[in-house]
Amino acid sequence: MKVLSSLGILFFALSISVSAQQSKTLPTATVKTLDGKTVSTATFDNNGKPIILSFWASWCRPCIKELSAIADLYEDWQDETGVKLIAISIDDARTVNNVRPLVSARGWDFEFYLDSNSDLRRAMGVTNVPHTFILNGNKEVVFQHTNYTEGSEKELIKEIKSLIKKP
Amino acid sequence: MINYRNGLAGFLCIILFILLTPSPSRAQDFIDKASIQGNFYSEANYYFSDSTIATEKVPEYVRANIYGNIFYRYNKFNAGLRYEAYMPPLLGYDSKYEGQGIAHLFLNYTDSLYEITVGNFYEQFGNGIILRAYEDKNLGIDNAFNGFKMVFRPLNGLTIKGIIGKQRYFWDYSPGTTRGFDAEWNILQTLDSQSATTIIVGGSAVSRYQKDKNPLYNLPENVASFAGRASLYSAGFFLSSEYAWRINDPSATNNMIYKEGQALFVTGSYSTKGLGVLLSGKYIDNMDFRSSREATSNDLTLSYLPPTTRQHTYSLPAMYPYATQPTGEAGALAEINYLVPRKSLIGGKYGTNITLSASIAYSIDKERLNDTTIIGTSGTKGYTAKFGKIGDEKYYHDLSLEVNRKISQKFKIVAGAAHQFYNMDIIQGHPGAESVKAFIAYADFSYRIGDTQNIRIEAQHLSTKQDKGNWAMLLAEYTVAPKWSFSVTDQYNYGNNDSEKRIHYYSLNLGHNQGPHRLAINFGKQREGVICVGGICRRVPSAFAGGITFSTTF
Repeated sequence: MKVLSSLGILFFALSISVSAQQSKTLPTATVKTLDGKTVSTATFDNNGKPIILSFWASWCRPCIKELSAIADLYEDWQDETGVKLIAISIDDARTVNNVRPLVSARGWDFEFYLDSNSDLRRAMGVTNVPHTFILNGNKEVVFQHTNYTEGSEKELIKEIKSLIKKP
Repeated sequence: MINYRNGLAGFLCIILFILLTPSPSRAQDFIDKASIQGNFYSEANYYFSDSTIATEKVPEYVRANIYGNIFYRYNKFNAGLRYEAYMPPLLGYDSKYEGQGIAHLFLNYTDSLYEITVGNFYEQFGNGIILRAYEDKNLGIDNAFNGFKMVFRPLNGLTIKGIIGKQRYFWDYSPGTTRGFDAEWNILQTLDSQSATTIIVGGSAVSRYQKDKNPLYNLPENVASFAGRASLYSAGFFLSSEYAWRINDPSATNNMIYKEGQALFVTGSYSTKGLGVLLSGKYIDNMDFRSSREATSNDLTLSYLPPTTRQHTYSLPAMYPYATQPTGEAGALAEINYLVPRKSLIGGKYGTNITLSASIAYSIDKERLNDTTIIGTSGTKGYTAKFGKIGDEKYYHDLSLEVNRKISQKFKIVAGAAHQFYNMDIIQGHPGAESVKAFIAYADFSYRIGDTQNIRIEAQHLSTKQDKGNWAMLLAEYTVAPKWSFSVTDQYNYGNNDSEKRIHYYSLNLGHNQGPHRLAINFGKQREGVICVGGICRRVPSAFAGGITFSTTF
């Protein structure tokens, strides 16, 4: 009985989501810059061009592989599509201080934020990292991928290119 | 836990609110212009019994952890709930989780000035030394509050928070009520938003009320703790510190001693393109703080005292992971990340990343109260400890080096080595157990075939004369991006003194990813640790099982 009722609630909510066909916009949450400034995700912007939003952690090897792979191609991607990568670290107090030195040492040129209380992570339904979203010019989620395997960055840029072709 | 009727009632209220909203167009907006996001996760295992690895008896054979989150957003209004089912919980998770229902439910209003939440919420003050409520499904931790939270941002850079609530205890709540207040001011963000320097100061106060029903002792019913913090960022330099103090709180974890607690964390780092240096230190004295004085293990923790040791991601260097000793510990960590420049002799064509790390943890110096009272006697002040004075018992050390090099567009190598000291008596609570000294070496070769296929081989070795002796490990992984991954792993405890325990911990994994959906099938014997297979990292308990995991985000 309890299970049925609970599932009922979930399915009810789901049916709203399906029937409404709404867009999934970027949730508003407060994150921090690497130098400690508090910033609302509402200020994330790329002048109407697509954004790659990538959840990662300093202790997550596939995440580092993904960001490294993108870093190698990033200049080309930016020239071709104007895309911007925003990397959200979910590192907590244990490892959050590793993020700054790691990012510098790798020489990555992305926009970095810290989500130490996992507010944005939860709001976007992210369970494990890496979890990468593509936002269109209206900051709506149009694509997502959980996991990184060598070469899957090609899928990302394909999605982005098809996105900017659309009128 | 949360009575499902309350959950139902909550959602009915929302629906009623939608229906009763005077303007029909607005009611329509509530559906059309709303955003719904969420996720599902399900992991089910079939357990085999295996006497060689002494698996726990599983009479029901099949166990499953299932949950689903749903978040509704409309303008400044947010609501969400999470259904959880543990039927019964997977091995390695607390059996008190058994059951199912709505485990998390909240309503929230957020604008640029206020953020108000009723129901369940997570929160952290500063580094979390005196208050951190968080969720980590892989660890089986969920100590969310049920109550009220308010965040006020009157100035750009100033954040004030207040909370009151009871923490989640599996499907129940803590007997204690927690009240907390926190303020953080980013001074230059307020005064000069263009400033490249950042100075942040903050302070918090947390108090727990729990009725004293103890027949033996007269216990403090209100236990207060305070913390202050400051950090400075300027031109690549970062310096941060937090100090916390708590009044005496006799509890199950400190053996009922009437002693105050204190903790200090200090971190400094320097970062510039191609170089990152991190130094951190901590001193902890009797700082375990929970929302119930009877709670033990990972239950009902308010204080979060992270270890200042390197978090290894390969299996064998992560075999003996350090855990903070909240009753008393002094520790330090130094870590250097360096990118040997491209096109140099050592750097090679693409540059080489080098990480060098050293960490250590010791006891703190505890003095007897007098000649007749031994340290930590219940009902006394326990001991005296001079702030910052390090004791003479070593708990842990880890010295490690890792090199990450891209040989060509297709071929990448990671190689590393570590030396560790692990005080098993203290860290695992096995009195008299011999401390482990281990040397670990590992290499990871990754070769890309064409655009999408990749083969990866990991070879690792751990040598030690203590505990279970030497281990060797081999992993082979084949992936076809972006959808398929397949891997075979074997961890072989060939150096075990007991020849019957020279066991192969093998496992097979198959994963399929499509956009937000992931399906994974696994079979094998696993020992406890962090594993990363097919690109996903999580912590796993030991077992012999075959299982299916499915997750999706919508």
